Amino acid sequence: MIYQGKQKIWSDYQKEIPDDHWFYVRSCIRQNFFPGSEKMFMEICRDVLKKDFYETEHHTTCGGIAYHCDTIPQETAMTIVARQFALMTEAGYENYVASCITSFGNYTEILETWHEFPELETRIREMLWKACRKEFKIPKYLAHASDLIYKYRNEIAEKAKFRLVNKETGEPLRVVEHIGCHYSKMFPSKGIGGAEYPYVLAGMIESWGGSVIDYPERRHCCGYGFRQYHVKANRGYSISNTHKKFESMEPYKPDMIITNCPGCPYFLDRWQYVISEMEGKTYGQNGYGIPVFTYEEVAGLVLGYDPWDLGLQLHQVAVEPLLDKIGIEYIPEDKYKGLNRKDILRPGLPANMKCF
Amino acid sequence: MFGFRISPSSAINLDNVSRDRFSELCRIEPDALRCMACGSCSATCPAAEFSGMSVRKVLLYLQRGKEEEAFKIMNNCMLCGKCTMVCPRGINTRHLLLTICRIYEKEDRR
Repeated sequence: MIYQGKQKIWSDYQKEIPDDHWFYVRSCIRQNFFPGSEKMFMEICRDVLKKDFYETEHHTTCGGIAYHCDTIPQETAMTIVARQFALMTEAGYENYVASCITSFGNYTEILETWHEFPELETRIREMLWKACRKEFKIPKYLAHASDLIYKYRNEIAEKAKFRLVNKETGEPLRVVEHIGCHYSKMFPSKGIGGAEYPYVLAGMIESWGGSVIDYPERRHCCGYGFRQYHVKANRGYSISNTHKKFESMEPYKPDMIITNCPGCPYFLDRWQYVISEMEGKTYGQNGYGIPVFTYEEVAGLVLGYDPWDLGLQLHQVAVEPLLDKIGIEYIPEDKYKGLNRKDILRPGLPANMKCF
Repeated sequence: MFGFRISPSSAINLDNVSRDRFSELCRIEPDALRCMACGSCSATCPAAEFSGMSVRKVLLYLQRGKEEEAFKIMNNCMLCGKCTMVCPRGINTRHLLLTICRIYEKEDRR
């Protein structure tokens, strides 16, 4: 990577992000995959940075998964999204932030479509009124939650208890950043840093002390790709994508992977187990896998939160070697303790990949 | 075990293949670089339907250093010359194929 060239691209693709007063919408699947992430986002924004973030229990799916799986038409997705905007309008907010990359892509695509075809927006307004008697204003600013953590990255770095640095050697950790495809591949101007080399996660890694790895398949899909995974017959295609990515990053010996999409961390994490079972190969050091994190989890780690409160026990790939490398303290016995120290049972261990 | 399997990656790392023979081919037969991969040769090839013969593919494989694959399909060529007649770039494909055989066989004898 020619760093100066990338800086030029990054400076061309910057977007305005208001500092405060956001209407936050959660993702359908992140709560199940990495349950600590969204909780941590709200905790960081509200309690640590003292910002105004509002969310409502009436929020539903944005319809993105069904839309990208070709099971609903775009008009249906538009009406669902119009209802979310109506909830924002009712709550008195103008800035809309989505936790999910596909939701962000969906909202961006719909706003662009309405911009190009205003008659479609009028039709959707009618449909929304007939369906639930709601009206909406178009958000003034639309952002993805990682845009906000990117904006607050230096404030987080100031409050950080740990840095992404190997405590033994003092060297920065080698971090792979993986951006969800729907973040800026559809509309490069809507993402920080454009489509080719988005800066959103690279900026966080640099601020928190790590070094970004540039490898050949850096912008390749994680393998989820909706229809590639949801149609069972296509799952070989899904894992082949992920396999290609891991083969490409392996020579650079990454310490960890950071992602900003709901599906990417899940598939990069779980497919490592499947690859180890199918081919007996692991990509981390000493028989472990490469730990995969969401950006909120990493923000939580550097701010000094307990790894088990962040939900890191739900990762397939063991995170302990990385925690030891950074010097984050944890109690191994508490890994499988849930709320009120209730035992949440231990999972079976993989045959070929080391885990705790 | 899981009901699906991993397909091998089609990624080609040009750092791991030697392009010396292809460079020699281009020096002797500059037409090798004039091909625009339109596929007219493959469309008219009488052997293509039965054997997968395709001059376009042969050139692509050689460019990527996949010589074994190139020769596997090239063995099916009957040198009928139909591809030469239809090539929009006027490449003498038959001559090109014979030159490929000469260069790559000469190397193999060393």
